[in-house]
Amino acid sequence: MKYLAEFRNGEIAQRLAAEIRRMTTRRWAIMEVCGGQTHAIIRNGIDQLLPPEIELIHGPGCPVCVTPLEVIDKALAIAARPDVIFCSFGDMLRVPGSRHDLFRVKSEGGDVRVVYSPLDAVAIARDNPHKQVVFFGIGFETTAPANAMAVVVAKRQGLKNFSMLVSHVLVPPAIEAIMNSPSNRVQAFLAAGHVCSVMGYWQYPPLAEKYRAPIVVTGFEPLDILEGIRRAVRQLEAGAAYVENAYPRAVTFEGNQPAQRMLAEVFEPTDRAWRGIGVIPNSGWRLRDAYRAFDAEARFDVADIRAQEPPICRSGDVLQGKIKPIECPAFGNPCTPRTPLGATMVSSEGACAAYYNYGRFARAG
Amino acid sequence: MCLGIPGRVQEIYEADGIRMGKVNFGGVVKEVCLDYVPEIAVGDYTIVHVGFAITRIDEASAQESLRLFQKLGVLDEELQPEQHAGASGPPACPVHPWGGAAPDER
Repeated sequence: MKYLAEFRNGEIAQRLAAEIRRMTTRRWAIMEVCGGQTHAIIRNGIDQLLPPEIELIHGPGCPVCVTPLEVIDKALAIAARPDVIFCSFGDMLRVPGSRHDLFRVKSEGGDVRVVYSPLDAVAIARDNPHKQVVFFGIGFETTAPANAMAVVVAKRQGLKNFSMLVSHVLVPPAIEAIMNSPSNRVQAFLAAGHVCSVMGYWQYPPLAEKYRAPIVVTGFEPLDILEGIRRAVRQLEAGAAYVENAYPRAVTFEGNQPAQRMLAEVFEPTDRAWRGIGVIPNSGWRLRDAYRAFDAEARFDVADIRAQEPPICRSGDVLQGKIKPIECPAFGNPCTPRTPLGATMVSSEGACAAYYNYGRFARAG
Repeated sequence: MCLGIPGRVQEIYEADGIRMGKVNFGGVVKEVCLDYVPEIAVGDYTIVHVGFAITRIDEASAQESLRLFQKLGVLDEELQPEQHAGASGPPACPVHPWGGAAPDER
């Protein structure tokens, strides 16, 4: 990408940070919704460039982190079947279910395959007519159009041996859940740039108004993130609360119309449980009736599997911005990326993994 | 899995009724579904997520953002020169590639 070096220019980052320092007169708490942004912030030390009054709170925007334990258990039950080829994005393989993970199923002889795209899983189904091929369909609005297309292609090709374990989650209901929480500290949001590439940001003005919280659509390069923070602080200092787009090279107000049409064709809203948080009304998607034949939960009779999360893991509090990863008593011992208790430590995009991998062990004052 | 990666479209074709293409990510070329970006052409930049192009990257907006960032820095320097005096290595005024026509601009 030809602008990459420019969007990582350290000297301009320093200047943007200086501008933020100049504007800031009091303490503000800003949540970056996306786990990709959390990693960019920690990796580039953006939090350390900011004035001490600005606190960045890490949001729930990591699909691997928020996939509920019982969905992992359902995946494990399906993947262990001898007649099944179970396909998944790679970062789901180490996410612990109640007893083990997909890697364990694979090591014990299960046919678990990592795919780059959901269309790869459709091709595997076409090439293996005597096997049931199941794709683990998780993700936010960014991933959902790809998963929707996989189902549509499978239907078009008349595949009877393809299905999807669907656990899609949506950003706007999560923002509402955070703002409605009695212990909420978030005052402004950096909206996830690539979710908005797909969905636009037409859903956000009512949220900014209802909760009096600025929402700034933000990209992933260091300068993008600093600019998102600068605009959020500018609004907070002025007592304003509206939606701004600080990532116009990739995001329009309307978003990607062909993708949104496909999503509406394939999915309908449903209540979803978020790992560590619980059920948020209308916060997910499930397959519409026209595509219900591709629902792996029904095909393999796993809909009734239930699971209990380990009580020591506080990933739910991390995902809601109530505590920093290092404030969890289990952080670093026993919970590490090699021995994760919860998904925020498992996922490469999880806030706990970011803190661990970039050596942020000091407990904040 | 959730990161979108920018790349350059170098080939477009149809496979099984779907618009597909080859996208170059800094030397690594992958097959990508282009069905959601019908306006995209060979040579354009796009952001790809799990094998699907989700948006075309707008070059004019990229340049505008970079100019804004640069302008903000200049503004800050004028308003608060002491901020920079205290910073480690106060910025000299470098030549920025986007100040004029960038060499790789089409």
